[in-house]
Amino acid sequence: MEPTNQPAAEQRSALVLHINGTPQRLTLDHRTTLLDVLREHLGLIGAKKGCDHGQCGACTVLVDGRRANSCLLLAVAQEERQITTVEGLAEGERLHPLQEAFLERDALQCGYCTPGQICSAVGMLREVADGFPSHVTPATADPTVPVELSTDEIRERMSGNLCRCGAYPRIVEAVEDVAAAGADGHPAGAAGRPGQGVA
Amino acid sequence: MNPHFPPGPPPYPLGAPLVRREGREKVTGTARYAAEHTPPACAYAWPVPATVARGRVTAVDTAAALTLPGVCAVLTHENAPRLATADDPTLLVLQEDRVPHRGWYVALAVADSLEAARAAADAVRVSYATEEHDVELTTGHPRLYEPETVNGGYPATRERGDFDGAFADAPVTVDALYTVPPLHNHPMEPHAATAWWSDGHLTVHDASQGSTKVCEDLAALFKLEKSDVTVVSEHVGGGFGSKGTTRPQAVLAAMAARHTGRPVKLSLPRREMPAVVGHRAPTLQRVRLGAGRDGVLTALAHESVTHTSTVTEFVEQAAVPGRVMYTSPNSRTTHRVVPLDVPTPSWMRAPGEAPGMYALESALDELAVALDLDPVELRMRNEPDTEPDSDRAFSSRHLVGCLREGAERFGWQPRDPRPGVRREGRLLLGTGVASATYPVLIAASAAEAHATADGGFRIRINATDIGTGARTALAQVAAAALGVPEERVGMEIGSSDLPPAMLAGGSAGMGSWGWAVHKACTALRARLRDHVGPLPADGFTVTADTRQETSERSPYSRHSFGATFAEVQVDTVTGEVRVRRLTGVYAAGRILNPRTARSQFTGGMTMGLGMALMEGSSLDPAFGDFAERDLASYHVPACADVPWIEAHWLDEDDPHLNPMGSKGIGEIGIVGTAAAIGNAVWHATGARLRDLPLTPDKVLPYL
Ligand code: FES
Ligand code: FES
Repeated sequence: MEPTNQPAAEQRSALVLHINGTPQRLTLDHRTTLLDVLREHLGLIGAKKGCDHGQCGACTVLVDGRRANSCLLLAVAQEERQITTVEGLAEGERLHPLQEAFLERDALQCGYCTPGQICSAVGMLREVADGFPSHVTPATADPTVPVELSTDEIRERMSGNLCRCGAYPRIVEAVEDVAAAGADGHPAGAAGRPGQGVA
Repeated sequence: MNPHFPPGPPPYPLGAPLVRREGREKVTGTARYAAEHTPPACAYAWPVPATVARGRVTAVDTAAALTLPGVCAVLTHENAPRLATADDPTLLVLQEDRVPHRGWYVALAVADSLEAARAAADAVRVSYATEEHDVELTTGHPRLYEPETVNGGYPATRERGDFDGAFADAPVTVDALYTVPPLHNHPMEPHAATAWWSDGHLTVHDASQGSTKVCEDLAALFKLEKSDVTVVSEHVGGGFGSKGTTRPQAVLAAMAARHTGRPVKLSLPRREMPAVVGHRAPTLQRVRLGAGRDGVLTALAHESVTHTSTVTEFVEQAAVPGRVMYTSPNSRTTHRVVPLDVPTPSWMRAPGEAPGMYALESALDELAVALDLDPVELRMRNEPDTEPDSDRAFSSRHLVGCLREGAERFGWQPRDPRPGVRREGRLLLGTGVASATYPVLIAASAAEAHATADGGFRIRINATDIGTGARTALAQVAAAALGVPEERVGMEIGSSDLPPAMLAGGSAGMGSWGWAVHKACTALRARLRDHVGPLPADGFTVTADTRQETSERSPYSRHSFGATFAEVQVDTVTGEVRVRRLTGVYAAGRILNPRTARSQFTGGMTMGLGMALMEGSSLDPAFGDFAERDLASYHVPACADVPWIEAHWLDEDDPHLNPMGSKGIGEIGIVGTAAAIGNAVWHATGARLRDLPLTPDKVLPYL
């Protein structure tokens, strides 16, 4: 719900945020982070607050298709952006292939890091498709073609999302399943099939 | 076939790898955790931690905070609701002016928004009269004393035979000091609570491992009947012990809600958690082993020194596993503790066993080196016939089986025992092994089983699923006991309004809850069998509790066992240690759901990897409190740190446990892992490092 007592006029702004394809008209305290808008104003609790300081990745969402820690983004600066949260990944009852794979692989325990892991994986697969190198990408790799997604690449690229339950090996398997199944990992209209043939 | 369950129609659900029941909610972001309830008119609270290490609050100036827009109140020890006394004094927040350690909460700001609450907390000015403080643990601290008991209720000291004589006579000995720093649980969900009062009834959504106890504590603190308090912990983002007892957020949120007359939500800032949610106390552990040339132990001493706070006594029981593990006719296991001006320690995953087995299993490895004996073989030679401490028979003990199977799967042999000889470019490689153990604990719980007229079933029990898969495994137990397909069983857990039950801790959840569920379901099944004709419209309900069954002390020594094997690489240029492979094999009774069980084991091993290589906190001697408080400074394993980890288990049939035949599995994975990694680092480098974590600064000087 909206705070009952608004901040002073000079400390707030009216704006429109585009969340999961829906414009949201809001009046926000300038100090409000995107994460707090999602969780406290819009009831979108999928993005989690693990640290509020950009140290854990639990708050990961997609901003114009790229992953970002929403706890580090001031909401008032996001007006022109398309924000996708974990709630925006499934198509109706049909889960995103990564969501399916996380379930199938038991890539979660307490589930608190999970929405961030899944959003991060979606963004990561796109980065890989776009040829973004990582710390473990060979220096000789051609940056204009997709990066070859080795297990080491997945581990490296998913290291911004902490999981205290230690679901990492299963998370890596889930991402591998989706990559192998050919899903492009895009939040909307993902072409791939759910991870199949997983143990 | 387990005689406690009816022969099941396929698919017989006990032991089946079912997917977590709440998994879909978790992957879609709809599972609601404690801070994700926002009742109408909900206010937000933000705490103010003490900025001195010891002293008294002389004044709290709230004027500036209260003038900020949107601020409704600042609670201090002067205006906060009075609490009755509690058995856990860490819950008596805002009751008096004393500051027992830095980070202790001295005020709480409440406002219409998170932003306003945080600004208000920042604007509160607290004045203190400071006193000298002492936060440094040493083996010779003058105020060390021997407590009566240690965590878990074990006696602080046990002696058998003549340790000193046997140690003096032993041809081969080890005498070493191992240190484990303070460790932080840091579950990914910070401790949080949303509380409101309605007609005298207190409702709290709390991040807790067991809301039955939280309900009891809040009722006592606020002088209410238990029936006037509801505590809900439906989804919990991990706990690892830190949410096992009631924590200040629940008390503070309830106080603020009472004070303001509004619902109040409080989520603890990550960097404040180490000071108020417990930590694993540091331990300085001296282990002495004496053995014959055949490797059989003749003398074993494990002496642990640790700290507690001045608020309450908590003693990490690090020397306890030495009473269980190995042949030791002459043994001394002791604990001494000193109350310092530090945050109050408490449970962290496998308290006692995790640090204690680090020391003991490292010492075993040193003994193996001294004897020039394979460390797996050394452990097998010290397999006792009965539990050394009590002489009770083991209900089941398959340590040797775990070592054998682990060695086989890991490819332990052939192994050149010489250290520092396996090079791969600038890397040195090595392998190590350690044993693991964890006791089987069980506590009385109650459950209700209900059969609906349309053929469905509903099980109600205040179990908590903190990520273990308890909801799913309990449904499997119920389905198996009822002899019905698992899809027909609905589960209700995670509320103190349900039949009271054990918390999710001590690896005792499933055994305790499952027993109560089994009992209720077995009775319901008998009732249905005797019933002729259709069920009444409101079905049948049976309740059961296990007070009787669990009050009887088992004549057996009951423990899980395991073995961990590690391969590491040590970078000779940077000193960085990385784990290449971890293999764990466990004997933990019957595994009820292999899919979720595997995640429990490997998750524990991952935390053990963190303990070995990167996790460590330190108390700042000048300022008090921990220096490494947030996730940028207190490093937990990240995805890239965790390579190939595999967990396996033996089929273990133990009829002396509970109807399911299960032992707990949530903690044993962390036990032994740090020692296996440390032992592998010795094998790689020849450096025997006895001070966790094995960070590059400690390793590099030896390379
Ligand atoms: S909550 Fe944003 S990174 Fe931790
Ligand atoms: S599943 Fe619990 S933190 Fe990742």
